[in-house]
Amino acid sequence: MSSSSTVHTLDSDSLPRYLMSGDQILFEHLPVGTRCIYAKPPLVGLKDPDAAIRYALNHPENSDPLHAMLKPGMKVTIAFDDISIPLPPMKRPDIRQRVIEIVLEILDDHGVDDIHLIAALSVHRRMTADEIKWVVGDKVFNQYWPDRLYNHDAEDKDNMVDIGETDRGEAVDCNRRAAESDLLIYVSMNLVPMSGGHKSVAVGLCGYKALRAHHNPKVMSSKESYMDPASHGLHESIWRQGRMLQKEVKVFQIETTINNKMFDGQLDFLTKREEDMSDFEWTKMRGLKATLDRLPDDARQALFYASPAHYELTGVWAGETEAVHEKVLQKSYEQYMVPVKGQADILLSGLAFVCPYNVHSYLNPLLVQVMAQGYYHNLYRGAPLLKKGGTLIIAHPFKDKFDPVHHAPYIEFVHRLLPETKDAYTLHKKYERAFAEDPTYIEMYRHGHAYHGSHPFFMWYWGEAGRQHIGRVIVAGAQDDYMCELFGYEPAANVQEALEMAYDTAPRSPQITMLHTPPILMCDVEADAQIAQTSGAGSSGTGTSGAGAAA
Amino acid sequence: MPASYFDVDGTLTRTNLVHPLLFYAMNQQNPLRSVGHLFKTAARAPRLLLAEQLDRGSFNELLFEGYAGMTEDRLLELADEAFSTVIRPGLYKEGLSLVARAKAAGHRVVLISGSPDFLLQRLQKLCEADDVIGNRLEFKDGKATGRIKRPLVAGPEKARLIKAHAKQHGFDLEECAAYSDSLSDVPMLTVVGRPCAVNPDVRLKAMATTHRWPVLDWRKGKAA
Repeated sequence: MSSSSTVHTLDSDSLPRYLMSGDQILFEHLPVGTRCIYAKPPLVGLKDPDAAIRYALNHPENSDPLHAMLKPGMKVTIAFDDISIPLPPMKRPDIRQRVIEIVLEILDDHGVDDIHLIAALSVHRRMTADEIKWVVGDKVFNQYWPDRLYNHDAEDKDNMVDIGETDRGEAVDCNRRAAESDLLIYVSMNLVPMSGGHKSVAVGLCGYKALRAHHNPKVMSSKESYMDPASHGLHESIWRQGRMLQKEVKVFQIETTINNKMFDGQLDFLTKREEDMSDFEWTKMRGLKATLDRLPDDARQALFYASPAHYELTGVWAGETEAVHEKVLQKSYEQYMVPVKGQADILLSGLAFVCPYNVHSYLNPLLVQVMAQGYYHNLYRGAPLLKKGGTLIIAHPFKDKFDPVHHAPYIEFVHRLLPETKDAYTLHKKYERAFAEDPTYIEMYRHGHAYHGSHPFFMWYWGEAGRQHIGRVIVAGAQDDYMCELFGYEPAANVQEALEMAYDTAPRSPQITMLHTPPILMCDVEADAQIAQTSGAGSSGTGTSGAGAAA
Repeated sequence: MPASYFDVDGTLTRTNLVHPLLFYAMNQQNPLRSVGHLFKTAARAPRLLLAEQLDRGSFNELLFEGYAGMTEDRLLELADEAFSTVIRPGLYKEGLSLVARAKAAGHRVVLISGSPDFLLQRLQKLCEADDVIGNRLEFKDGKATGRIKRPLVAGPEKARLIKAHAKQHGFDLEECAAYSDSLSDVPMLTVVGRPCAVNPDVRLKAMATTHRWPVLDWRKGKAA
């Protein structure tokens, strides 16, 4: 047995592991030799966030300080990340509120009063008034909503402006108010390394045609991780768009990093390793499980959303986008990156109730797919955590359940298109544009709270690299066999049955790894071949061989 | 190229079939005739309420009896005013935007409604719809008889008319869309591949939820 704060190998005396399966909890005894990977402990939050924000604005990266860029009467737009970040929504005051309040104070001091605030949601669903108020705070909301504080609308053709095309032919467009401002200030919160940088403006304030440049099967099937901006084509494309945009629009980027304190107070035991939990915390865990088991779906979801995350600010930088983002990535990796030696033959993970696209709604099967084969698959640097052709086991009820308001186009995508084809290129060529231009879906996006008609396609493409890499996906606890069939998954009654099924195609002594989330983490994976290269033939890295038998 | 079929009353506009009838009843040649028409309409109200619960076609037939005795000249002469006074202010701006989107997407836009055709034609002009399928009043000696010419545009007949229209233009119904607010239009919604409940009442909302049809609700918004 080996153990560190982030990688722990189970032995015959090990406690059961707990897994989140949607909004329920499972206790599972896993095979001896299973390697459990945990997130790092939360970085210590900054003691005085407001002072740190002011310091960043006055000491920017590769840029004049904010106050030096201001003139009375100028036109300023403040754009900010939408509800997809952070997860779940954080306790008040949200860090964006802190930043925006300070920025507005500085603008006011310099006689700037032509100010609009825009939720940069791209083709995500519109935020409700209450959600926006939660993010920006009562004071800002009451002063600016709804005329000068509103959601970006990618389908409001009169209020979108074409910037042009990059040298690779990628369309670049932008929200007109933002593009025509004397200064665009972007307030970003970084939850994963994929976010922020040029993605903030070039994606957050763009329309469908700009998204098509990189949200497509070709770019998204890249073998690199899209959580590693340095290597993935998605970011290369967005960077080109962003650089072109910044030739036309003056951008002052403010990016923040947070720690991973997803649960605190009464639920803080959910972030602990099983070995570190006290008897009282185990009792609380069992009590929570018993409660959740007896509650209806909606009540379980409501219970979790009633406990906002206790994220704390760990860093803030401002100024020129690329210089700022470089600092942010370093801090982000410091929190999330866990060094791991060797890939797994069988990877097991519970899928919790939340992802960037289902805040206040259900994690439907297409989103389960994007979490399993998209985000979780891509949460690595170096090599994927699972070997090519390996088996992924996810714990989730995987019901045929969709939010009819938020995910209306998803329903048609899953029920009408997936029975016909799972091929991302066919879906892209044959159906994507029709969905994107469907009058009903556009109307639901613009005036309701639905994701854009193109969004289910993007979700499918985001799982494409994982789909090509992973050999089998087994859904432990799946309640709908037809859904599994549509997605190409195998249903299993529970985790133990899923493991038995996985052994059928695994090597003789499979390396089994459990990715223990939430909170999220990234793995800096050293593949077996690299380990052999560095340590010489015959030696094996820590945790690369498992016991190979069920406990 | 597919078609988009739009119900009108309650879907694109807040008004219903009764509102134009009341306008005409109140705008007869003299006050005495207006009082007479209003009285008859009021007297018909309990039967109308019952008919609406039972069968949309019967409701339309009963309601159109209210036009009996009105001259064709007067109905057409006042049509612009009836449209601008009664229907136009009640139009949902989101509805007009949706129609424009459908046009922009290359759909043939068809208004299909139990409303009198001469009023629908005004709406057709406003929103640049391609076709109108509405109820046609029967006239005899220049006066409305109170009867509706066949086909009666309501309920299942709307579905048949949509099928006929699609066939005539070579549309694949699976690619066509239909929009309505009423449970009585479920046949029309089920005949196309892309149905959508708009401003649905409780019963249609339940039906839409069961069938997982998209739902649009503009009732909190302002008129166009």
